Amino acid sequence: MKFVVCVKQVASLDEEFELLEGGGVDSDFVEWELNEWDTFSLEAALALRESGEGEGGEVVAVTVGEQEAEEALLACLARGADRAVRVWDESLQGADPLAVARVLAAVVERESPDLVFCGVQSSDAVTGSTGTALAGYLDMARVAVVTALSYDAPSSTLTVDRELESGLVEVVRIGLPALLTIQTGINEPRYATLRAIKQAREKPLVTYGLEDVGLDAGAVGVAAGAHTIELQTPERGAGAQLLDGSPAEVAARIVEIVQERMSG
Amino acid sequence: MSDGGVLILAEARQGELREVSLELVSAAREVAAGVGGRVAVAVIDQQAERFANAVGADGVSEVLTVTSPTEHFEAHVWQRALEGLIERERPAIVLAGHTIDSLGFVPAVAARLGLGFAADVTAVWWAQGPRARRGAYGDKLHAELDFPGKSCTLLTVRPGIFAAAPAGSGAAAARAVEIDLDGTARTEHVEFRDVAIGDVDITKAEFLLSIGRGIEDKDNIPRFEHLAERFGATLSVSRPLVDAGWMPNARQVGQSGKTVKPRVYLALGISGAVQHLAGMRSADTIIAVNTDPEAPIFGVAHFGAVADLFEVADELERALG
Repeated sequence: MKFVVCVKQVASLDEEFELLEGGGVDSDFVEWELNEWDTFSLEAALALRESGEGEGGEVVAVTVGEQEAEEALLACLARGADRAVRVWDESLQGADPLAVARVLAAVVERESPDLVFCGVQSSDAVTGSTGTALAGYLDMARVAVVTALSYDAPSSTLTVDRELESGLVEVVRIGLPALLTIQTGINEPRYATLRAIKQAREKPLVTYGLEDVGLDAGAVGVAAGAHTIELQTPERGAGAQLLDGSPAEVAARIVEIVQERMSG
Repeated sequence: MSDGGVLILAEARQGELREVSLELVSAAREVAAGVGGRVAVAVIDQQAERFANAVGADGVSEVLTVTSPTEHFEAHVWQRALEGLIERERPAIVLAGHTIDSLGFVPAVAARLGLGFAADVTAVWWAQGPRARRGAYGDKLHAELDFPGKSCTLLTVRPGIFAAAPAGSGAAAARAVEIDLDGTARTEHVEFRDVAIGDVDITKAEFLLSIGRGIEDKDNIPRFEHLAERFGATLSVSRPLVDAGWMPNARQVGQSGKTVKPRVYLALGISGAVQHLAGMRSADTIIAVNTDPEAPIFGVAHFGAVADLFEVADELERALG
């Protein structure tokens, strides 16, 4: 069985940050790491391969991102992915989920996997859209927000839990090939050993431009669904009244507020 | 509606209309004038007509019903149905809820039809074209978006932002739209299961002490159980503690857990992801303690302390004697 796992190197803002003219954030105030959801989707692929059902399968990690996104791919290789693909073009700067999905679709088409895993969402953009948009471009059967999965080899069928609102789950069956977007908590992502982290650098990691995956230079602009006019610091609701002072003073105020509100 | 207008996609589950459907009617009011004034609500269901009256709220021009071949939501059927609706009705703006069902097919429709698209938007308006606002960098910033060159823009709207229009408050006529959906299903429904059944019903609690990722370690849970008991509170948690297997689903507050509305919600070490806020923002009084002054939870809290939760917890124990 062949797996493609789509991952993202996500940005988190420092407590203090500065906005740039024209919409971006000064990169000095940004930290990067492998998206939390993707650690679960990678684990889902690795575990399925090791379960025997997908034995001998290949796990390919794919990302759309700048040079620093290679760290996310190395993290995947260290945990057990076999090889990695990074696609980048300057036109992808600030790309929206549809544009990213269009580029991922070009890579996935070439890889022709049985299963594609994506995280439900990324912690920075939080659109929850890239995986399902990718399934749309590929015309691939999919289930979004998966919290459990089991594979039945004789029928090439997955039985999955689809997480709904308010503690409800829908169990559905889906045949291969298929795309799943994976929710946190579905498994326990493994850590890479120091040895594996060193060895990850020996594994194949290729970088492609748009033309390498059969897309023309304008493809990103055509696919994009939205354009960002500007980024703003949100107004914090008039809401939170600050409780100052030492921990003891804060605690005393909390007790006071609770007693007042609960008796009123 | 061939001249534009707004198309709203209603949502139902297990025979019940979901609240977000009527919130979208209110969202549509922000942009309807810009696109010719018409607002149509589409319902996709095996018995779509049963919701026609309810979704026909004040401000709705027409209700469109599409008959689904499946009893329950099926992502690929819904995708084809929405594609068909957009091709036939040619709306300028399509609004759907940013819900779990939508996550399974709405972005695919945007991709396949080449639409303008944004997910989880918290504001929509018209300025020579549709505009939308959504979070960026995990909601620490807001992004303002436009959709240049798109004749149709599809937006998923965050639930709980717009007030729901009163169900059935209008007098819109219903029209059946025939879309061939036979054979479009690609998954098979097995069953629904409630995973949040437990020993305690946190939705009934009047005072919730809620803990999150900030408690750092499973071994710290007993001390917060103890604190909750001393305080007369019920202990609830945010998602990461359930994901880690430290606490059962029944204790989880948020979109995928329980929606709670206690008199007091005391959040210790919860940063306030969108999905968490969705489940507790209507508590009467929200008190938040977090070390990160930029944590989104302070955006909904009535009282906030930027402090170490363990130090505050120790002092709470002491104060409660």
